[in-house]
Amino acid sequence: MKLNWAAWAFITPALLVIAVFFLLPVLAGLALSFTDFDIYALADLRNLRFVGFANYIELVRTPLLWTALGNTLYFVGVGMPLSIAASLGAALLLSSRLARFKPFFRTALFAPVVTTLVAVAVIWRYLLHTRYGLLNYGLEELGFGPIDWLGDPRWAMPAIILFAVWKNFGYNMIIFLAGLQNIPEELYEAARIDGASSWQQFRHVTMPSLAPVILLVSVLTMAGYFQLFAEPYVMTQGGPQQSTVSVLYFMYEEGFKWWNLGFASAIAFILFLLMFTVTMMQLYVARHREAT
Amino acid sequence: MKLNPAAIAINSALAVAAALALFPLVWMLSVSFMTPGEASAFPPPLLPQEPTLANYRELFAREGIGRYFFNSLLLASCATLLALTFNVIAGYAFAKLRFEGRERIFGALLGAIVIPTQVAMLPLFLLLKSIGLVNTYAGVLVPVLATIFGIALVRQYALSIPDEMLEAARIDGASELRIFVSIVVPTLRPILVTLATFTFLGTWNDFMWPLIVLSDESLYTLPVALASLSREHVQDNELMMAGSVVTILPVLLLFLVLQRQYLSGLLVGSVKG
Repeated sequence: MKLNWAAWAFITPALLVIAVFFLLPVLAGLALSFTDFDIYALADLRNLRFVGFANYIELVRTPLLWTALGNTLYFVGVGMPLSIAASLGAALLLSSRLARFKPFFRTALFAPVVTTLVAVAVIWRYLLHTRYGLLNYGLEELGFGPIDWLGDPRWAMPAIILFAVWKNFGYNMIIFLAGLQNIPEELYEAARIDGASSWQQFRHVTMPSLAPVILLVSVLTMAGYFQLFAEPYVMTQGGPQQSTVSVLYFMYEEGFKWWNLGFASAIAFILFLLMFTVTMMQLYVARHREAT
Repeated sequence: MKLNPAAIAINSALAVAAALALFPLVWMLSVSFMTPGEASAFPPPLLPQEPTLANYRELFAREGIGRYFFNSLLLASCATLLALTFNVIAGYAFAKLRFEGRERIFGALLGAIVIPTQVAMLPLFLLLKSIGLVNTYAGVLVPVLATIFGIALVRQYALSIPDEMLEAARIDGASELRIFVSIVVPTLRPILVTLATFTFLGTWNDFMWPLIVLSDESLYTLPVALASLSREHVQDNELMMAGSVVTILPVLLLFLVLQRQYLSGLLVGSVKG
């Protein structure tokens, strides 16, 4: 193996960076979650104590954790299917043979994805403004009373979901478009010869062929949506009445506002565990369905 | 012209969808040219009565947004250069150089993709604090130097380089470094553009890590500065819209120019990731 040293010289810098600045911190984070690392330990490491599972036990007893978990699951559970439906709808329209100006429409629909999250969140905070917001103006024209989107605990999360769907649907749309292009035209032709309507073609040709793409997209979207943070940070600051505190927002506040780094690490690992479990469940369900 | 009802329905649906996608961005641009206070009216005005640059003037003169713009530009450019260097060399090696444990190491890297980066943030902050990198440009750059996504992206593309080409150069006595520089890099050019675009946009738009690691206002990136401004100026919609324009416009333009590379990278990345 003459090439060995060159190969190692090529991969070592990247591996070293990933090991030192990612993998090592992940392990350190796990260790940290079993300590009482707080602002006193930050000042002097001698104040650091090993506390076993105390952080996790305390977390389970903290109502805000359950609120944050509930809010995050709400965001993922409603936002993910809505996003995927919007992406699929847009992709189906764009891939239609009757659609005109495809490159223009594709670019327009994708544009929100590349925009800066914080900046568009600022725009949406204005769009959703109770008194001057355009959304309420439109609703009023249609005869609905003004909604206090970001100030009413019942509406704040739906507003953030609406925003997230707008911001993100273009990403999966591109993946769906590629998936749709890979479906052989003969399948549709065969279906048409059998007298299948457009809906039947969609139901029996498009959907089954897209199944692996839908799985991929839902795994990716879920992972992204569990990391909800900037939207509540900019638009609601977790409010009103903690209705938009996500798990990551909770972790950020505990870790970097109150400097309870041990406690915050435990929150991070709970999130990780949750994401891992849900992903495994998705893959399990997909495999199960494939088998039957 | 034949009028096909299905075609009309599909194209109108697309037009409505595109309008919904673009409207917030167009409106942002319009409001950014309104005189202060003009947008706080009911019904909300769509176009400025007398277009003015007052908001931009205020942003640059009083709020120092030029400084944040410079920070964002510098950090995104450095991140792009560094990420290219680390990821391309490693991605190529994983694809084309034979060494013991290659598949195992790469498999382990791919496995680590499931770990959300936020899990590493708290200890990483402590690590950077102990080596004095908190509240520095370098601190912002550290997590993007080398990424598993970047390595996998380059590797996927590099697999298509024919081995004969590399062997021929080796027989001619070229060193591995020389082969990399004069054969591999030019061949990988399309994926380099893709990775560069991804890294630049990703760093420019990133919020949580810079928010954590930067405490000195003069080091703020645009998103961090904008978030802090928006908490201060809750009522100044026109000013905030101008700030959003300054933040969004550069990445939007970059995307329009490099759209093809960006979208193809998105597909390769998603299929791998």
